[in-house]
Amino acid sequence: MTVRASSRRSNLARLKKRLAEFSFTTYGVLGYLFLYLPIIILVVFSFNDSRSTALWAGFSTRWYVAMAHDHQIILSLWNSLFVAMVSTTLAVIIGTLAALAMERYRFWGKLMMDAVLYLPIIIPDIAMAIMLLIFFDVSGIGFEPWRVNFFGVHLAVPYSVIIGHVAFNISFVAVVVRARLAQMDQVLEEAAQDLYADPWRTFWRVTFPMLLPGILGGALLAFTLSMDDFVITFFTSGAGFNTLPVRVFGMIKKGVTPKINAVSTLMLLFSLMLVAISLILSRGGEEDTSTNIVL
Amino acid sequence: MKRLLTLLRKRPSLQAWLLLLPAAFWLFVFFIAPLGIVLIYSFLERGTYGGVVWHFTLDNYRRTFDPLYLNTFLRSFYIAAVTTVVTLLLGYPLAYYIASRPPKRRGTLVLALMIPFWTNFLVRTYAWLTMLRTHTGLINVTLMSLGIIHKPLPLFGNDFAIVIGLVYGWLPDMVLPIYATLERLDPSLLEAAMDLYASGPKVFRKVIWPLSLPGVVAGSMLVFIPSLGAFVTPAILGGGKALMIGNIISNQFLAAHDWPFGAALSFVMMAVMLVATLVYFRITSGEERRQL
Repeated sequence: MTVRASSRRSNLARLKKRLAEFSFTTYGVLGYLFLYLPIIILVVFSFNDSRSTALWAGFSTRWYVAMAHDHQIILSLWNSLFVAMVSTTLAVIIGTLAALAMERYRFWGKLMMDAVLYLPIIIPDIAMAIMLLIFFDVSGIGFEPWRVNFFGVHLAVPYSVIIGHVAFNISFVAVVVRARLAQMDQVLEEAAQDLYADPWRTFWRVTFPMLLPGILGGALLAFTLSMDDFVITFFTSGAGFNTLPVRVFGMIKKGVTPKINAVSTLMLLFSLMLVAISLILSRGGEEDTSTNIVL
Repeated sequence: MKRLLTLLRKRPSLQAWLLLLPAAFWLFVFFIAPLGIVLIYSFLERGTYGGVVWHFTLDNYRRTFDPLYLNTFLRSFYIAAVTTVVTLLLGYPLAYYIASRPPKRRGTLVLALMIPFWTNFLVRTYAWLTMLRTHTGLINVTLMSLGIIHKPLPLFGNDFAIVIGLVYGWLPDMVLPIYATLERLDPSLLEAAMDLYASGPKVFRKVIWPLSLPGVVAGSMLVFIPSLGAFVTPAILGGGKALMIGNIISNQFLAAHDWPFGAALSFVMMAVMLVATLVYFRITSGEERRQL
């Protein structure tokens, strides 16, 4: 083989490699475009100055004004926030206790509890929704509203909705907190006990602060899932009660208008905010572990 | 009280159950009990004005094999399978692309993948509705105004629209597990294969693909199961014509008031999911054994 031929071959190989790299990058860009383009289009047409969501007719914020004046939408937003807050609080307490039991103890019936905790995650939400609907109907509990003054807004939230949200959120909180517990070094807890701290004090002074990023992560996930849930709320709420997703579904069924785009953009912003908070939290969590290592 | 505390200290399993008590209570009362009630309902007769008659029957299960419902089952299965294959074909290269970037970029790319995923599913489905609608959707309106087509394309109210909606909704569920397995892949394995003069495709077939199989299995299950049980996507993008099993189930509760039949349908649906999962694990673990 001559020197020339081999150098030509290596040139060819380099060209092939660059071509492969180029088509690969193009694919990546197209992939992300596929993920983002529909959302960008959705946001753009929320500012459209006509009823169309396909033909651009100039910039306007009138659909946001229409949204702000729609009492049904505002009320459903408050309902969503209330359900998410209450169900997250309950699920975080119940789920964290369950995670502690599952991760730190060996006991009779653990395998069964493992299955019971995972089932709500894997079961399709339509199945869980009709299960709860039949249960509330048979037992006769749940559909009566919880009347509450929430930041000056009078809400009537069926207990059934909150019960359902807690039922699926416990499992998600437990999974997140368990993951954190499994990562945690038990040396510090043992050290505290060696220094004669009682279990109660060990928990609040050592375990809990180390666990906190996991608990907050679980809370954030539960809050997001609760705000986003449509199927379970739709089936368990009975007539006349709307959370924001249920309201949006009703609006979509009646017809497409840029007002729905405006509500969607609002929901999008809210999700982005939650993502940002979780990022800040996870960064805090990393710092936490690094200081643990330093200690 | 004091005796209780000493008892607790001596018996750790009692402590565990005390911690588990609220979760066990909630899940047994509001999850396991409802599951049991639905199972019982699926063997009862429907009442004349909704509700049930307490009379044991297998008719509800027999009816799920009625051609009308069997067809819906088969179509749902087909849609879920196509969705899984398409997400795998689109998602695998995307996962590979992310895994082949420098470590710092990977974090950003994974986050960029998660952001649409954190957006409400309903909102993401609605976004496609505004684009796919036959006469007023963005795609047809744009193509027609540019004179590229003269009749609107059939993009909406069919299986195609449902598959697009499902693929879009669950793509990150496929990419993330595959990416996780690819990221852990030892580069020295690839180098070893290259040193032994394996061609690019051969390295992929003999090294990369078998090692990423656990991610492929996990991703496929994460896409297939919610696709089979889909309710929102066909309700919005099916245009009231193309329905899936989730819609048939919900109709028994919202319109037909045949709760026992709805209960039976959902149990059959869950059984199909379980069987599909088991079969899939069986096939892929067999493949893994052969490849290694």
